[in-house]
Amino acid sequence: MNRVKYTNPILLDGESTVIVENNVRLYDGDQKTSFEGGELIITTHRILWGRPGAIARGQTCLALNFDLIVFVEEEPASTFSFSRSRKVILHLAECQDQSDGPQYNSYYNFIKLSFRDGYTNNVIGVLNDLLQKKTWEPLSPETPEAPEVKSQLPTIKLRTGIVGIERSLQEKQKATDESISVAFQDLSKLMAMAKDMVRLSGTISTKIKEKQGDITEDETVRFKSYLMSLGIDDPVTRDSYKSDNQYYKSLAKQISEFLVSHVEEMGGMMALTDVFCRVNRARSLELLSPEDILNACRVMESLDLPLKLFQFNSGVMVLQLRTLDDESIAEATAILVDDRNSLSAEELSQQLGISLTLAKERLLTTEKYGKCCRDDSIEGLRFYPNLFLTKEE
Amino acid sequence: MRRRAGLGAIQKQKLEQEKYKDKGNEIQENQFEQMTKQLEVFKINLEEFATKHKNEIRKNPEFRKQFQEMCASIGVDPLSSGKGFWSVLGIGDFYYELAVQIVEVCLATNYKNGGLIGLDELRTRLIKARGQSKQHQEISKDDLIRAAQKLKIFGSGFNVVPMGKGKYMVQSVPGELSMDHSAILQQAEKNQAFVSVSYLRRELSWEMERSQKALEHMVNQGLAWVDLQNPQEKLYYFPSLFTACVNASS
Repeated sequence: MNRVKYTNPILLDGESTVIVENNVRLYDGDQKTSFEGGELIITTHRILWGRPGAIARGQTCLALNFDLIVFVEEEPASTFSFSRSRKVILHLAECQDQSDGPQYNSYYNFIKLSFRDGYTNNVIGVLNDLLQKKTWEPLSPETPEAPEVKSQLPTIKLRTGIVGIERSLQEKQKATDESISVAFQDLSKLMAMAKDMVRLSGTISTKIKEKQGDITEDETVRFKSYLMSLGIDDPVTRDSYKSDNQYYKSLAKQISEFLVSHVEEMGGMMALTDVFCRVNRARSLELLSPEDILNACRVMESLDLPLKLFQFNSGVMVLQLRTLDDESIAEATAILVDDRNSLSAEELSQQLGISLTLAKERLLTTEKYGKCCRDDSIEGLRFYPNLFLTKEE
Repeated sequence: MRRRAGLGAIQKQKLEQEKYKDKGNEIQENQFEQMTKQLEVFKINLEEFATKHKNEIRKNPEFRKQFQEMCASIGVDPLSSGKGFWSVLGIGDFYYELAVQIVEVCLATNYKNGGLIGLDELRTRLIKARGQSKQHQEISKDDLIRAAQKLKIFGSGFNVVPMGKGKYMVQSVPGELSMDHSAILQQAEKNQAFVSVSYLRRELSWEMERSQKALEHMVNQGLAWVDLQNPQEKLYYFPSLFTACVNASS
């Protein structure tokens, strides 16, 4: 805020107004100033702020020169954005000239413009445009572009043309490169720290495994939660912690409530991939990782929820109704096979309206109970009623 | 101090051991304290990093890849939980949503290619499906591979199969694809999506039985179609590799 000066709102030579907005408040960095409810005028050279009507009457107002603005961005909307006004952040350069302004010193290198009533014009676009064109700079004779630029053309046309665009693209690219290399440096530092912690956690977990020392229950639980939040997969702590966790228990209840009717409709079984998709589609924000869903499903049985996790021999995992069990599935499927004399997984899936993988699993379960036989050929896998057992010979 | 024998010495030894044990606990507790402190510092640094570079990670696939590789090298999985420390970077949502979309695309194309889709085709379809908005920033092959790998834990058969020369196929139905099968796919790719037993003998020097067994398995799985029009021998076509399939809009 120390770059803002008191000034007279008379336009300079070659300066013209671009847009006007009302009910604007100025922020010094993140702090509100007393300059609120004012009129904001963006010209080709500066940004002017004045009390309502002050600028029209030519009275003193505040001005910020464009050459001090480095970068413009909109403040990203937060969760409270429906009650907050739109804000534009102007990042500023260092200022040597400490003359006449409302604030001598400032901790911040940026100011914010808060538009209480929102803004009607495209403020960010206009600001960026003006910054790029550098409309406040005086005419300079050695610009190489457009030989037909004559001296009576208004200042705003300068620094445009292909060279100007190229130059600004180059600058943008340089800025991105710089920011990325800074990012990489920060990343390496961060990773070094993380590596250290992984090593330390390894030592502690060995201690736990060998039960050396009196590491208390409480500390063990805390330690396991650290590992989980860092994403370290430690075999010592993997299973036991996850079943105790409050987070997974509440997740389990949520998922079960949400899906129980769907699972019933689908014949009592739903593959976990399907569960993952449906739950995340419903959430749309703060999605769950596959591990989260798996762990939540694991605890369902112990919580007496209507759904439980079941794993087939082939490794396929499903959520099924608690009331469903292997034998009843086998019976039901065997009856279907009998009716049609032979069934393949595709046919069963079409008939029952379930996915191919699940249909296959049902047939395999039925086979396990001896109620049907398989016929494996190049045409695919088909199942026939088990005549060895049923036909009396 | 001279070592003494007798009851006194034994008791003294016991006492010493106790003291050592206590000291050991103390040091260990210090270790635990140390870890807690380190974790706090790390959390703060991570949050700072996130504020500065969150956008970078979201917009720049190269950066994302680097980040993932570094995490993997120290043994940390930033995607393992939506609630972990790393969630402040906001990459979880990106990858999980990508995973959901991958499942959808695979299911939609399953009837054509039997559950095996090329990574390039997957990527093209995803980009089309995700829309033009700026939020749906560019996704790299690395992003897809990582998201697809995450789905493996469900046991429904999601798998990424490398085909050599930087090419990958994404499998979405359970079924083993042995080295032989991958080799056949590679050959088919060079030869307009089909092979025959004699072709395999020429290119790979395989015996007839070996080729036949592998090819029949793939037909069985629905990955290959048999063409009987050739007068000399059967030809085996792979829909996953058909350019017409790949370029189709549905």
